[in-house]
Amino acid sequence: MLAYIVRRILYAVPILIGVNLITFVLFFVVNTPDDMARMQLGTRRVTPEAIEKWKGEHGYDRPLLWNASAGGLGKATQTVFFEKSVKLFALEFGAAEDGRDIANEIRARVGPSLALAVPVFLVGLAVNITFALFLAFFRATYLDFWGVTLCVGMMSISALFYIIGGQYVASKLWHLVPISGYAGGLDALKFVVLPVVIGVVSSFGTSARFYRTIFVEELTRDYVRTARAKGLAETSVMFGHVLRNAMIPILTGLVVAIPALFFGSLITESFFGIPGLGSYTIDAIQAQDFAVVRSMVFIGSVLYVLALLFTDISYTFVDPRVRFE
Amino acid sequence: MLRALLLFAVTALAGCGEVWNDPYPASERTSNTLYSAFVERPKHLDPVQSYTEDEARFTQQVYEPPLQYHYLKRPYELIPLSALEVPKPREIEGGKFTVYEIRIRPGISYQPHPAFVAGNHALAPARIARLKSPYELPAATRELVADDFIYQIKRLAHPRLHSPIYGLMAEYIVGMAEYSEQLRKADTKKGEWLDLRRFPLKGVERVDSHTYRVTLKGRYPQFVYWLAMPFFAPVPWEAEKFFHQPGMQPRNFTLDWWPVGTGPYMLTENNPNARMVLERNPNFRGEAYPSEGEPEDAQAGLLADAGRTVPFIDRVVYSREKEGIPYWNKFLQGYYDTSGIGSDQFDQAVRVAIEGEAQLTQEMEARGIGLQTSVATTIIYVGFNWLDPVVGGSSERARKLRQALSIAVDMEEYLSIFANGRGLVGHGPLAPGIFGWRDGEQGINPVTHVWKDGAARRRPLEEAKRLLAEAGYPDGRDAKTGQPLVLYLDARTTGPGDKPRLDWWRRQFEKLSVQLEVRETDWNRFQEKIRKGSQQIFILGWNADYPDPENFMFLLHGAQSRMKSQGENAANYANPEFDGLFERMKNMENSPERQKIVDRMTDIARRDAPWIWGFHPKDFSLSHGWLANVKPNNMARNGIKYLRADVEKRAALRREWNRPVLWPLVLILVVLAGSAVPAIVGYRRRERMAARPAS
Repeated sequence: MLAYIVRRILYAVPILIGVNLITFVLFFVVNTPDDMARMQLGTRRVTPEAIEKWKGEHGYDRPLLWNASAGGLGKATQTVFFEKSVKLFALEFGAAEDGRDIANEIRARVGPSLALAVPVFLVGLAVNITFALFLAFFRATYLDFWGVTLCVGMMSISALFYIIGGQYVASKLWHLVPISGYAGGLDALKFVVLPVVIGVVSSFGTSARFYRTIFVEELTRDYVRTARAKGLAETSVMFGHVLRNAMIPILTGLVVAIPALFFGSLITESFFGIPGLGSYTIDAIQAQDFAVVRSMVFIGSVLYVLALLFTDISYTFVDPRVRFE
Repeated sequence: MLRALLLFAVTALAGCGEVWNDPYPASERTSNTLYSAFVERPKHLDPVQSYTEDEARFTQQVYEPPLQYHYLKRPYELIPLSALEVPKPREIEGGKFTVYEIRIRPGISYQPHPAFVAGNHALAPARIARLKSPYELPAATRELVADDFIYQIKRLAHPRLHSPIYGLMAEYIVGMAEYSEQLRKADTKKGEWLDLRRFPLKGVERVDSHTYRVTLKGRYPQFVYWLAMPFFAPVPWEAEKFFHQPGMQPRNFTLDWWPVGTGPYMLTENNPNARMVLERNPNFRGEAYPSEGEPEDAQAGLLADAGRTVPFIDRVVYSREKEGIPYWNKFLQGYYDTSGIGSDQFDQAVRVAIEGEAQLTQEMEARGIGLQTSVATTIIYVGFNWLDPVVGGSSERARKLRQALSIAVDMEEYLSIFANGRGLVGHGPLAPGIFGWRDGEQGINPVTHVWKDGAARRRPLEEAKRLLAEAGYPDGRDAKTGQPLVLYLDARTTGPGDKPRLDWWRRQFEKLSVQLEVRETDWNRFQEKIRKGSQQIFILGWNADYPDPENFMFLLHGAQSRMKSQGENAANYANPEFDGLFERMKNMENSPERQKIVDRMTDIARRDAPWIWGFHPKDFSLSHGWLANVKPNNMARNGIKYLRADVEKRAALRREWNRPVLWPLVLILVVLAGSAVPAIVGYRRRERMAARPAS
């Protein structure tokens, strides 16, 4: 198993380099270092000299990918790409273009993102799986029909509608929770209740329907018939056998979703004024802050590589037939 | 189950008197705090770099430059702030140089700050790593001295600080360009503090502990306006040294994020992602509320606090609101004291009376909300690239073409459709409130408007068509080739929401049978086209730095051509007579003679029509009735010190407006519980069911 993990981690290196290169190319296709300088220096009274000085100060005065005027290895290393990328692998993110330390910023923002995303993930998981099991249990009855209809209806509605509608009803009409904002510690509770409920509700239709499909398929298996023939209660059949055997497809979707928790929800964070990593990334893209964009993409790729590894490892726990060979 | 529900309902009803949706801690409910919001996070709070309004709302409460604008008087008037008086320019060597001697008010102290404790200048990195705020360290203060102003002027030339006004100031302040070069050579150790006290700047001298002198090359009367901006506010050298300690920057402890000033407030919480908090500076010397203003100010109650010591408010909490809907709703709930009015909320907030006057809706009036309007010292204009072979140049053909288009583009309609009427149609390069701007019949642009029945009326389309024909494009076709005239508008777009606006522009040109191709582009490419001069028609705006005609006329000054000299003249307009008059006008004090020159320049520009004069936006803002002394000031953002809040009234109204409505919660629980019944019944029935024979 250890050899497998090491091998997978080594595979990750070229993947991360590739992701970094693609991010770099995509960013600089749209933005030039001059554009970045203008964005930081403002549009008023900016002289060409000031732009050149800014580029020199921030290391954007070199060729982007290939330095033809350098000799030997310098052709590749004396470039913006190399100098900005190599430190990422040592997890040195440096400062954003506005001077704020990126690692510090990420530390400050990961809490609010998780405070929103983890409850949405866990509560959503519990609610969706329970409801899906319920529908599977009552499959082909009027309860199943109306349940699926509800799911289809809910998945047809935009997440933005849930957010604006939820804010209007819960905060504006009923005055139950603050409409937006955030505070640390336990005070965060009153700010995240509504976004969590909305997060769960907005993903309910799609997820519950997906899980129902998995459970219904499992219910047709021979082992279910055997379990029932043994006289097991229906709850034991559903939770003890069907749920366990449906874990592989569920885990495949779930573990890969974990990195997304760190990056928060872009729209939800924005509407609810939650200062998480989602809004950090969006702000950086709008501000053409390459330092932040590349850092966030890099962290995202690392987390996804790890999540995929954990997914494979988790299969061995839920299905004894899976081996690292 | 029923018992639990009843218990919940009783508990819920008992809690009706409480406010549940208050985003602030309960302990703050009756605190003397002003609540506001910001949309864009500030990029720089260092007065050497900070240049946008988003930043000024913070920096101008903390930093005190020598001068400020009178809070109530209009036209805008400069008055002393940290200086004793507005300095008078003194010409020397036959006008070769101008000297400004600035005397500082004695006895001003800085806010409490750890930078003023010598022991805090050599902190262990581990100590710094544990800090959450610089204010956790012991703090002290010291008196403001002239050296602090000199230090900041030197910082404008610092090679690492990228001051946006360095280029401009290097043109005027004696020795500044050489000084920057000297610093560049001395700044060899990146990241280390460069003590600017060691390097004298020739044009800025210390006269005594409370007086300094700035020497400018030639005349530059607008220099006094710069003295009212944070660029010229004092910065203590101790602050720079303190923040340059190793370990400070990774904690985001920099002068760029933690301003140190003498103003009425100090920034004590700096989280630009969520909230920024200003607290009263205990060392603030106090300042008297103005006792004079415009004639209507007394009636509006704006002089009720005349002579009282400001600031009235102890604390200002700015929360970040990126979206308009939550911002607006929190304002209506009383959780923000002031708000702008977005287009989506305009009809809810404002109704326009038959006579055209904007009034609040009954809903707003019932809440005691007040409406403040002011015309911004801004112009949004449509530029023609003077270097373009079709629309540019000084030929009669091109001039008539531009004049025809200027008549056809109905800016009154634009304001009505896209800005809810919030703006004044432009008639020249100057914005209202700027010396030289004229109102009424004298102020209309005769090329596009006539004065009729006491109002400016746009000239009929027939005149535009006649001009177009005279320009060689009868019915929108080239008279020589017969080809339709196709023009190009380079427009910065942000999404599908811009389509109605762009369609409107096309329709304006279609009125003359001229085809308009809109070249949609992002901001970067748009700027690049302007720099390269490859645009034909474009839309831009300018917000005044200071209330002087020079600050608008320079946008049309030939020497400021964007393409030729990277200046602010984006249309690349050049007219020798206009340029000559500009050179004369820019160095004059306001006088009837200057007015004459401004009038002449305006006439030239109107005739040449390098811009369609666009409009001047009208700012509408709302404030709750518990907030007193609210008056918009387009030149200054340091007005928070004059505001006063009736916090008891605010707390009572917040309670009244935000009582929780609990019955829907009970109903939801009942419905959820009820919907579980068929499932439970079905489950039990199935569990009791006997095995069915196979079919």
